[in-house]
Amino acid sequence: MSQKILLTSNEVNIILHRLACQLIENHHDFSQTVLVGIQPRGIFLAERLKKIIQQDYNIQQIALGYLDITFFRDDFRRTNKPLEANQTKIDCVVENKKVIFIDDVLYTGRSIRSALTAIQSFGRPSEIELLVLIDRRFSRHLPIQPDYYGRQVDAINNEKVKVSWKENEGEDGVFLINSNHQK
Amino acid sequence: MGELSVNHLLGIKYITKRDIELIFETADHFKEVINRPIKKVPSLRDITIANIFFENSTRTKLSFELAQKRLSADVISFSAAQSSVKKGETLIDTVNNILSMKVDMVVMRHANPGAAHFLSQNVKACIINAGDGAHEHPTQALLDSYTIREKLGELAGKKVVIVGDILHSRVALSNIYALQMQGAKVKVCGPKTLIPRHIESLGVSVEPNLKKALEWCDVANMLRVQNERMDVNYFPSTREYAQQYGVTKDLLDSLHKEIVIMHPGPINRGVEITSDVADSSQSVILNQVENGVAIRMAVIYLLASKIQ
Repeated sequence: MSQKILLTSNEVNIILHRLACQLIENHHDFSQTVLVGIQPRGIFLAERLKKIIQQDYNIQQIALGYLDITFFRDDFRRTNKPLEANQTKIDCVVENKKVIFIDDVLYTGRSIRSALTAIQSFGRPSEIELLVLIDRRFSRHLPIQPDYYGRQVDAINNEKVKVSWKENEGEDGVFLINSNHQK
Repeated sequence: MGELSVNHLLGIKYITKRDIELIFETADHFKEVINRPIKKVPSLRDITIANIFFENSTRTKLSFELAQKRLSADVISFSAAQSSVKKGETLIDTVNNILSMKVDMVVMRHANPGAAHFLSQNVKACIINAGDGAHEHPTQALLDSYTIREKLGELAGKKVVIVGDILHSRVALSNIYALQMQGAKVKVCGPKTLIPRHIESLGVSVEPNLKKALEWCDVANMLRVQNERMDVNYFPSTREYAQQYGVTKDLLDSLHKEIVIMHPGPINRGVEITSDVADSSQSVILNQVENGVAIRMAVIYLLASKIQ
């Protein structure tokens, strides 16, 4: 298994600030906006962006929820891996709000397809946008594209893009993992 | 998380502690789902489930049907009164006829102990036991444990007394297995005629005095007297049973602590518990019903994920 660094901790930090600015440009004071972190790994990015917007740009009232898509996935009984559910926590109203889905890596687009169905259980948002840290372009199975992305990556199918977070893994960083050597 | 160690849910006896934990973790997520504005997930949209009830049931049948519909499964239900069983068809034939209509899972209640186990060995479908005679009622025991866990944190070290008609109760047996597996201590309490012989061999002790039993416990699970299963008189009169083994508000107030009161339903108000106890803040009877849907969703979801 070989591992290549795509983004260092410093580069991740710069990108996060740029994404925060792009969000502020479009969503102003966030009074009509709900950030939704997609479980399990989108929540770190969502929490981090919220923190940056609150601390560095002094916008305090930001609604943030976690959305788990396990029960909405289209590969139930079609994958050998048991599907693991995570907590959903949406304490705010999404009806008529602008929802921003936040996830770490956009790959086939199927998770986002599931999230689009799952969010409807909580109401009808006025619009939904998508923010991802890494966009694995040319890998999509569905017509889904991000509105904001940190970095576009061209990776082949047996490569995996892994995003590490300070809160979880101890250090920020994005890695390209090639599993070919495992065999 | 992972997957269940079994392909059918026939009884608590056949599953492991880890299975119970997995079902509870999954039920936590489904409990959140059924409290959403839209209480439905599409996971089982390609699964068909038959609910076959050879014995009367209101709560369990409704709870299973609701759980299946919340998971988007297709559901067919029938009760024995309207079925060809009355015309002399065997159990295996009845079920195989249903299965040939492309059914993936069968939820069955039957008056004979072991009916679900027998079916699981003779037909090709996932079987969930919704009560087989006086043997087991696994989903009820799971939802009872889940409700205790929700109310008291964890089961290990907790003391639970099961009061009433233990002899005819499948809920009692499944509960004893489930509670002991999770480290709770169990006592049974009731008239000597309604306590099965050799019940001590399951590791439970018998306390004939209700007051002493309630003083000992953290949770009291009150069972209904199953008159429909009684061929002879097991106690002199209902009035005498209620006086000896009925829980009243006065009795609860005379204890030195607050205990949790459970009942699997249907309640005979004034017999095993009085109305003021059933409707008191100590009673978790309606929580049990709500948790029943989440638990059954979890069981069905986890078993469906193993259907090939």
